Amino acid sequence: MRVVGKPLPKVDSAAKVTGRALYADDIALPRTLHCKILRSPHPHARIVSIDTSAARRIPGVLAVITGSDLPVKFGILPVTQDERALEHEKVRYVGDPIAAVAATEEEIAAAACDAIAVEYEVLEPVMSIEAALQTPKDERIQDYGGPNNIHKFVSLEFGDVDAGFERAASIREDVFFFQGNTHLPMEQHSAIATYVDGKVTLWSSTQVVHYVHRALSKVLELPMHRIRVIGAAHGGGFGGKTDPFAHEIIVCKLAMLTGRPVKCTLTREEVFYAHRGRHPVLMWVRTGVTSDGRITAMHFRSALDGGAYGSYGVASTFYTGALQTVTYDIPAYRFEGCRVFTNKPPCGPKRGHGTPQPRFALELHLEKIAHDIGLDPVELKRRNFVQPNTLTVNWLRVTSCGLVECTERVIKASRFHDRAARPGHGMGFAISSYLSGAGTAIYWNDMPHSEVQLKVDRGGVTAFCGAMDIGQGSDSVLATIIAEELGLEPADIRLVTADTDTTPIDLGSYSSRVTFMAGNAALEAARKMRAMLDEAVQASGRRIDDVTFEEASVLAEARFGTLTSAGSYTPPKIAGPYKGSGVGPSPAYSYSACVVDLDADARTGLIRVNKVWIAHDVGRAINPLLVEGQVEGSVYMGLGEALMEEQVFRKGLHKWPSMLEYKSPTFLDMPEIETFIVETIDPEGPYGAKEAGQGPLLPVPPAVCAAVHDALGIWIDEIPVTPEKVIEALRRREKGEPARYGPQRFPPIPYPAPIKVEPPSKKDAAPAAI
Amino acid sequence: MREEVLRDVERAVVALNVNGETRQLLLPSHKTLLEVLREDMQLTGTKHGCELGECGTCTVLVDGKPQLSCLLLPVKLQGRAITTIEGMAIGSDLHPLQVAFAELGAAQCGYCTPGILLAASSLLEENLRPTRDEIREALAGNLCRCTGYTKILQAVELAAGRMP
Repeated sequence: MRVVGKPLPKVDSAAKVTGRALYADDIALPRTLHCKILRSPHPHARIVSIDTSAARRIPGVLAVITGSDLPVKFGILPVTQDERALEHEKVRYVGDPIAAVAATEEEIAAAACDAIAVEYEVLEPVMSIEAALQTPKDERIQDYGGPNNIHKFVSLEFGDVDAGFERAASIREDVFFFQGNTHLPMEQHSAIATYVDGKVTLWSSTQVVHYVHRALSKVLELPMHRIRVIGAAHGGGFGGKTDPFAHEIIVCKLAMLTGRPVKCTLTREEVFYAHRGRHPVLMWVRTGVTSDGRITAMHFRSALDGGAYGSYGVASTFYTGALQTVTYDIPAYRFEGCRVFTNKPPCGPKRGHGTPQPRFALELHLEKIAHDIGLDPVELKRRNFVQPNTLTVNWLRVTSCGLVECTERVIKASRFHDRAARPGHGMGFAISSYLSGAGTAIYWNDMPHSEVQLKVDRGGVTAFCGAMDIGQGSDSVLATIIAEELGLEPADIRLVTADTDTTPIDLGSYSSRVTFMAGNAALEAARKMRAMLDEAVQASGRRIDDVTFEEASVLAEARFGTLTSAGSYTPPKIAGPYKGSGVGPSPAYSYSACVVDLDADARTGLIRVNKVWIAHDVGRAINPLLVEGQVEGSVYMGLGEALMEEQVFRKGLHKWPSMLEYKSPTFLDMPEIETFIVETIDPEGPYGAKEAGQGPLLPVPPAVCAAVHDALGIWIDEIPVTPEKVIEALRRREKGEPARYGPQRFPPIPYPAPIKVEPPSKKDAAPAAI
Repeated sequence: MREEVLRDVERAVVALNVNGETRQLLLPSHKTLLEVLREDMQLTGTKHGCELGECGTCTVLVDGKPQLSCLLLPVKLQGRAITTIEGMAIGSDLHPLQVAFAELGAAQCGYCTPGILLAASSLLEENLRPTRDEIREALAGNLCRCTGYTKILQAVELAAGRMP
């Protein structure tokens, strides 16, 4: 390999370090109007009336719209089309959009919002999972789902779980809670739209131009070819810019009404309301093991606090139960999941989408089982590791798997088994796995998930792809793959990405799919181009090694005419034979192992993380610098979630919708990270590559909790591990109570009877090497 | 209703020295430096993350010291030398910090990068061989959500090592 595997700078690095990169809010068009959105001050209320007449009379106000101007509902999943860009019947959380203004100045737009009179009939808010399970005092938040404010049930059983528990030498049950938190991208969401010649163009800070395109077409009632969505330079997503958002639709509508460009940039407070972040999840898990620590059966229950709308929530619910089996060989498995509606900003996908919460519960639960039966936790986990090239009990196909090597690397480097025993010092270990792209699309279709077109002209190469670089470096990955095949440098490749008019489809930057899927499409397009160049050179009677790329492209253009090629990628159809099997399958899984070293102060409850060792099986590192960046960023975000980040509410209000009060780690909080890249060369990934952007977050919170137990002998079964919880657990121990902080019980939830699914037969479970 | 928007706002003629160029502008007195740089001077390299002085994203240098442009009023900055990210490179020659950030992947989404680069350049002006803890302290007011700060610390050290 010539450029693959080299730590080259990102292709957009010069634009990023000079301030030249144009983010959505940097785009200034002549005659641009400013948009402000009026939002609900109530968590739950019926709208009796909206009077916009005073707002319309303010000089400088060009348009005021309400829900009746945008009545069509939308939502990211086809099964939950439950949002409106502006609500005119009912508001469901503080911050729900009600009306929007376009004005010549931002201050005038804000004043016009203040001048809109809304009469509400206030309803009792539902603010917790427990409350959502009860009969509502006034009315349900949404008019679908149920009973009460339950949104979605999942109930599946694979194999004979009862028989598995009967076979167990010991059985343990635990309850865990993972508090919700938010993405907190540095860039506030922003969108600017124009309407020219009957065509809408939108520049937005989105992770997925295609899904925004679809939502705009539906709500604006325009065919897709009359809408163009362009991804501006992206100031951070982490899953938070994966839904289509109200403000994106609103600026398009206002541009259509006024005939002028309209921009809306959310305030930081509004970003907290846009949310779509980590679901708070309450979990109960019961596992049986043999006397030597082999899992015989597992029963996992989850209850997700979804907030007011569906968002990705149905998928999130499935994900809380899907990937347990991808790291551990569980012969019989029952999963019962439930998502509820509450009067809070909607939760959705954040880095790890629905899997960090159950990973936290699972890892800590196994840690406790190891303590119960007197086995080293690392050894207990190792005994249950999945094997490569197997099918799990829930029909997920595991191919390349670097769990053993990842574990060895971090255990050895951290000297885990020879750790210093001093008061308050502890080390914890955990593992995880994540998807390299979801195997099924969000909406049902048979088309490829990613496509790349290449154009070669006078020695210049341009690649076209719908993928959105959100900072992870997907543009650089595409350029590297194409450069590798064509014998060029990544910087030689011009890129046109994330523009629905000029680029072919890519489903966007989420579920860690871009390197795998767009990378495979780029590989195919580049190999086709290489074949044309080679053929033309050979036909000319010259040797390939004797001609420059420019000469070869001239020969090929003379022979074939305009030089274009295309590649596409469709994941294999590997979903299992049952309803609900679409969430969980991926063409390949990444694996991670992590050790956290910390000191916990029994007097103050403060935790100081000293160092994190992390090994990540990325298949192959197309650019090790970018892989390290993703791993380090994941560890950082995992530590933030483990120790301080929480999105919480008081009396229906967000407790701290500001960057000062919503604590996130600073330069002073981050420990040293030692990263090990493990390469298993996946049979289906481009050059063997798998994902790196999400998986390495997952083992961090449970490793922190295991380390806190190692340090102080207390179990903190609830994320984040704040000093208050540490002190409370220590206080309980002093009183002779269990040395634990966490939820006391899992509420009774009327899960339906599980759908019983026959696990793969032994023959299916060991597929021939791919 | 905010009656004040209907009134004529107080405006002032302000001479601002930004990146070595002085320009006279007629500005509403309440307009922040952040807004003036981005909206009146088209210097959009300065970003914003909160507009409340909490995240460090909008950091610029005033007489060489890092300041939050969202909390500054241009009317009070006459005669002061303001440096933004656009003024960090000399012509087409990038500052050693910019080179190191690009080389080591210290900019992922790049949104916090201008502010961090300027804060780091101020540190290196005063202390060319900072320890890692001194770098952490100097940059502690700048949040980054992508990198976990690791590559940023390495890049500042790399640049410092290369500077004469």
